[in-house]
Amino acid sequence: MTAHVVKWWTILRISLEERFVYRGDFALGTLMRFLPIITQIFLWTAVFAAVEQASTQSGAQASEGAAEQSAAGSATTVAGYSLSAMIAYYLLTMMSRAFSSMPGLASGIALQVRNGEIKKFLIQPVDMIGFLLLTRMAHKLAYYTIAILPFAFVFYLCRGYFELGWPDMQRLVVYVCSLLLAFVLGFFLEASIGLISFWFLEVSSLLFVYNLLTFFLSGHMFPLDLLPDIAQQVVTYLPLHYLAYFPAAVFLEKIPANEMWIGLGVQALWVLAFIGLSRVMLNRGLHRYSGFGG
Amino acid sequence: MLVKYGCRLLPPAGEQSIIFPMSIIQIKDLVKTYRVYQKKEGLAASLKGLVKREYKDVNAVAGIDLEVEQGEFVAFLGPNGAGKTTTLKLLSGVIHPTSGSAQVMGYTPWKRDNRYRRRFALVMGQKNQLWWDLPAQESFRLHQQIYRIPPQQFDETLAEISDLLDITRLLKQPVRELSLGERMKMELTAALLHSPDVLFLDEPTIGLDVVAQHNIQQFLKFYQERRKITILLTSHYMKDVAALCKRVVIIAQGQIQYDGSLEGIVDQTTSHKLVSLLLDENEIRTEEFSKYGTVESIELPRVVLRVAREDVAKTLNAILDNHTIHDVTVEDPPLEEVIAEMFSKVDPSIQRATDEDIAASADHAGTESDA
Repeated sequence: MTAHVVKWWTILRISLEERFVYRGDFALGTLMRFLPIITQIFLWTAVFAAVEQASTQSGAQASEGAAEQSAAGSATTVAGYSLSAMIAYYLLTMMSRAFSSMPGLASGIALQVRNGEIKKFLIQPVDMIGFLLLTRMAHKLAYYTIAILPFAFVFYLCRGYFELGWPDMQRLVVYVCSLLLAFVLGFFLEASIGLISFWFLEVSSLLFVYNLLTFFLSGHMFPLDLLPDIAQQVVTYLPLHYLAYFPAAVFLEKIPANEMWIGLGVQALWVLAFIGLSRVMLNRGLHRYSGFGG
Repeated sequence: MLVKYGCRLLPPAGEQSIIFPMSIIQIKDLVKTYRVYQKKEGLAASLKGLVKREYKDVNAVAGIDLEVEQGEFVAFLGPNGAGKTTTLKLLSGVIHPTSGSAQVMGYTPWKRDNRYRRRFALVMGQKNQLWWDLPAQESFRLHQQIYRIPPQQFDETLAEISDLLDITRLLKQPVRELSLGERMKMELTAALLHSPDVLFLDEPTIGLDVVAQHNIQQFLKFYQERRKITILLTSHYMKDVAALCKRVVIIAQGQIQYDGSLEGIVDQTTSHKLVSLLLDENEIRTEEFSKYGTVESIELPRVVLRVAREDVAKTLNAILDNHTIHDVTVEDPPLEEVIAEMFSKVDPSIQRATDEDIAASADHAGTESDA
C-alpha cells in the first residue's frame, strides 16, 4: 500500500517538475485565458442595453402609466440573469473550465496509440489511466498554484458583478465538490474519447465535434437557462453541463438547495459511469492492440 | 529480490508448483499472423476502401521453436520483416500470438503478470521511456517507484551503470539536450535499473556513430558477463553480433533458418574462400587468373579470386608455380556477404545484397508496421 502511495506521489512530483519547465507558455496561456471575459463583458453590456431600450420603447407605447416599471432599467433580465449575474456567470464558468478542461488529453492518448508509445504501459508495471490522471492533476496543480494570483486579481476587479455576495456554507461545499467532480468527469470523459483511437487511429475530427458540443452544452458559451425549455431538459440529462454550467449555477443560486444535492449525486454517478467506461475501453483496447499489432 | 537460478526458476507464486524446465526462455511453435489492409492505388480505390476493405494475412512469425538458457547472449539476425522484432514483442507481452506458446522464467509473457514485468526489460531503439524535458535522473526515480526498487539497491545500481557508461555528469541534464548516443545510454540505464533477469534489445546501436556503438557493445558485454543475465538482441550491425553473441539465430520469412555459432554460419553457408594475391610489378598476365577461380576484383597489383574451399591448396600451388607473387592471404568471405547469401537462399527475391544494404536497411526499426 505505501509502495503504491510513494509510486503515485513520485509520478505527481515529477510531472509537477516537468510543468514548471515551460514558463513562457505558462505566462501566455494565463493571459489568453482572461481575454474572452473582456469580450463577454462588452458583448453582454451591449445586449442588455439593446434589450432595455426595446422594453422601454414597447413599455412606453403599451401604457404610459407603467413608467415605474421601465424606470427600473437596471433590473432588466435575460432568462433570469441581470447583466451583473451574466458576467458573474462567465467568470464562474471560467473557473469550472479551469477544473474540467483537459487540453491535449484525448489527442495525447491517440498519439501514443499511433506511435506505439502506449507499449510502455504494456511493458512496465504501471496503470495507464492512473498514470495519466496523476500527471493531469500535477499539470493542474502546477498551473493553478501560480495562476491563482492573476485569477484572484481578476475576481477582485470584478467583485462588483457578484451582487449576491458569497453563497451560504452548504452551497459553498456543494460548489467546491462539484468543481472537483468536474475535474474527474472531464478527465474520464476525454480519456474515453482518446481511447477510441484503439479502434480508429485518428480521433481529431471526433474530438473537434466533442469540443464543439462541450462548448455549447456545458454552458460555456451561454447560460443553459437561455435554451428553450425542452432543450434545457435534454441538456440536464447529459453529463456535459456538469463541466461548466452546474458549478456556476450552484454558486449563483440558480439551483434550489434541495435540487443541488441531487445534481451533485447525479454528477458523481456520471463520474463512476465514465470511470467504468474508460476502464473497459482500456482493457478491450489493449487486448485489441496486442492482438493486432504493436 | 533477485532470484538465483542455481535452484532453477521459481514458479510464479500462487500457482501449483510445476516442475520447471531448464531453459529460461522456451518458445514452442509460435505463430503471429497480422491482417494487413490492402489498399490499391488511386482515388477510386481509396473510396472503395471506405466501404469494403480487402485484407491480406501476413505471417510475421511462422512457427518458431527456440530454447534459451539462463545467461546466454543470443543475437537475432534476419532481413527486414523477417519476424525478429515481432518475436521480441511477443516475448515481452506487447502482442498476443496467433497460436503457440512461450514461457519466460515460467511466465507466459502476454498475460502481463506484474511479477513478470518487474523482471524483464525491453529496449526498442530510440523509443524513449524518458521524460523529454526533465533530467534523466528524474525518470530513473520514477522507474524506482514503478518497479519498487529498494533505495539502496537503486543508488548502487545507478552508480554502477552510470559509471560504466560514463554518463554520471549527464544525469542532471534535460534529456532533450543529450546526443543520440547519450540518450541511448540513458535508455539502457533506465531498462537495467530494476536489475532485470532477461533483457530484450531491439537495435540498441541503431543510428549511433562508431565510438558510441563500441561503447555500448563494451558495456553490454561487461554487464552481461558480470550479472549473468540473459539477453536477446536484434541488430543489423554484424559488428554488434560478432562482438557480443556466441549464439546466433537467423530468422527469415518468420522461421528460424539457422541456430548456432557465428563461425558456423560461414562453414555451413559458403563453399569458397577469397584468395588475395599481391602481384609482382612485372606480372601483367592478369587475364590468366580466371582459370584458377572466379575473379572477384583486379586492382593492380592486387587480384582477388574466389576459390572453392577444397581447391585452395591446389590452386595456390599452381599460382605460385606460374606467377611471381609477393604476398598471399586466404580468408573467408565477409560475414555480411555470407549472411546475405543465406537470406537469398531462403528467399530468392532477396538478391545477393552487399553489406551496405544490410546496414542501410537498419532504419526500419523506427516504423511501427515492421513485422
